[in-house]
Amino acid sequence: MSLKKLMWRFRYAEWSSLLFIAPAISLFSIFVVYPIFQTIWLSFWKWDRISPGVWVGLDNYIKVLSNPEIYSAFSHSLVFVLFYSLIPIAVGLLITLLLLRVKIRGESFFRAILFLPQIISTVVVAISWRWIYAADGPINALLAKFGAEKITTAWLGNFDTSLIAVGIIGTWINYGLAMILFLSGAQRISQDLLDADRIDGANMRQEFRYILIPSIKGEISIVLIITLTFALRNFDIVWNATQGGPGNSTNVPSLFIYKSAFVNRYVGEAAATSFLLAIVILAVTGLLLLARRESHD
Amino acid sequence: MINIKEKTIAYFVLILGAVIAIYPLFSIVNLSLTSKSSNSKVQNEFFGFYLGNYVEAWQRGAFNHAMLSSLLVSSCVVLLTLFCAILAGYAFALMQVPFAKTILVLLLFGLVMPYEGVVISLYEMMSSLHLLNTYWALILPQVALSMPFAVLWLRTFFSTVPKSIIESASLDGANRIQSLRFILIPLAKSAIGTLATLLFLFTWNEFLLALVLIPSNTSIQTVPLSLSFFAGNRRNSEPPVTAAAAVLVALPVLIAYLFLQRRLIRGIISGAVKE
Repeated sequence: MSLKKLMWRFRYAEWSSLLFIAPAISLFSIFVVYPIFQTIWLSFWKWDRISPGVWVGLDNYIKVLSNPEIYSAFSHSLVFVLFYSLIPIAVGLLITLLLLRVKIRGESFFRAILFLPQIISTVVVAISWRWIYAADGPINALLAKFGAEKITTAWLGNFDTSLIAVGIIGTWINYGLAMILFLSGAQRISQDLLDADRIDGANMRQEFRYILIPSIKGEISIVLIITLTFALRNFDIVWNATQGGPGNSTNVPSLFIYKSAFVNRYVGEAAATSFLLAIVILAVTGLLLLARRESHD
Repeated sequence: MINIKEKTIAYFVLILGAVIAIYPLFSIVNLSLTSKSSNSKVQNEFFGFYLGNYVEAWQRGAFNHAMLSSLLVSSCVVLLTLFCAILAGYAFALMQVPFAKTILVLLLFGLVMPYEGVVISLYEMMSSLHLLNTYWALILPQVALSMPFAVLWLRTFFSTVPKSIIESASLDGANRIQSLRFILIPLAKSAIGTLATLLFLFTWNEFLLALVLIPSNTSIQTVPLSLSFFAGNRRNSEPPVTAAAAVLVALPVLIAYLFLQRRLIRGIISGAVKE
């Protein structure tokens, strides 16, 4: 920025506006900005809240990055990205494509029901799914009815199925959101365009690629950002469904952070991990926002 | 040109989607109404309204305390956030705020930053201020963490208001506060309403902050936290009672949703496209 421009800005800035933003910005600074720096600061110390802290430099990062548990936690996050974000988006797109030409009656009724998983407390969600997956729960009862007793199991308690079972909860939470936003975006597509297209002999794949995707790009990126951050943060569902178990089979970074900070009291290591997690999430969302801005221009 | 086949498939898919979305709720309601003695035929009892589990959950869980706490915390967070965010959103939309771009980028960071990045420091902060296990420990950070979303939402709305309306007000001699209070806020009523509903919902459902910042004071624990502890204590022992507790806790939100859903979803859709 040139000096002239800067001077111009200073002259025409309305300094009284600072009074308007003061309450919001001071609260934000004290309880969000300052804690971020505090977290970074803590990550350079070895501290257990009891004995005095010891400055250890980057040791916590080295320790965390050489801990295989962290890698398994992040790899579980990747699986959750698939289930919490990519599958719901795929389902939403597919359904939107199917419904492209149909004028839906009672749309607001379907919307209200599809949005339901978003408004219910994650604890309630986890409890309901714990029951659905339970050894004597509905899934196993259904399987038994069809004579498949052999594959019945406690889905959340089994090392082989727990990760996918928790993933499916996320799919359930997010597919409605994707559907609602995609369907509402698709309403901007004019029926004339679709009809002309069909006369030209376009098949569904072409419609998908050349009509649907370009018209709802904005909605896709919003859903992608919301669901990806949800997948990477994911604490509530895991904590209330499995607490990371059995073993470490559903452990995720945020759970690791909680346990090391508040159960085992490795405050420095927890701070280092939470800084790393924040960086990963910021990088992912930053890239998405950038891509979104580019496609807008 | 839609043929019958296409239409049938469309409705089949929609109905299937809707059924899947309500099934988990339906299944715990169903579970919560079964009496312990008939556990073996849980699947068959659809209309055996047995309310014993609700009585037990309500008595043992002390959810009346939790609901009052949640109501208090959520209302305070919504009111405080709205007050601060309306002022800031107005300034960012209609005034020449110095360093506006820098501050907005910072807010955007705050919007996508995970709570995990601050929760450890917030614990230390609250513990050194002796505020752990108090309402303040939940309210203040929640307000601050909601701020980016609220400010950006309102800024977007205020900047869509036609300039001519605001100019004619200032010609009539209204100062900034007056034009905000008597012109912009009434115009923004539905945008503010949607925002308030969303903030209330976020706060009501927030779990991690409550778990960390009010770890050991059961009298002010919020609903999700006390439900989580309740369910944890009797895990695997009495699923019907846990289910009843979950239904009880979900009920107020569901009832409110019944009335607000149309507006809420419409607001979210238009907000999501604008952002």
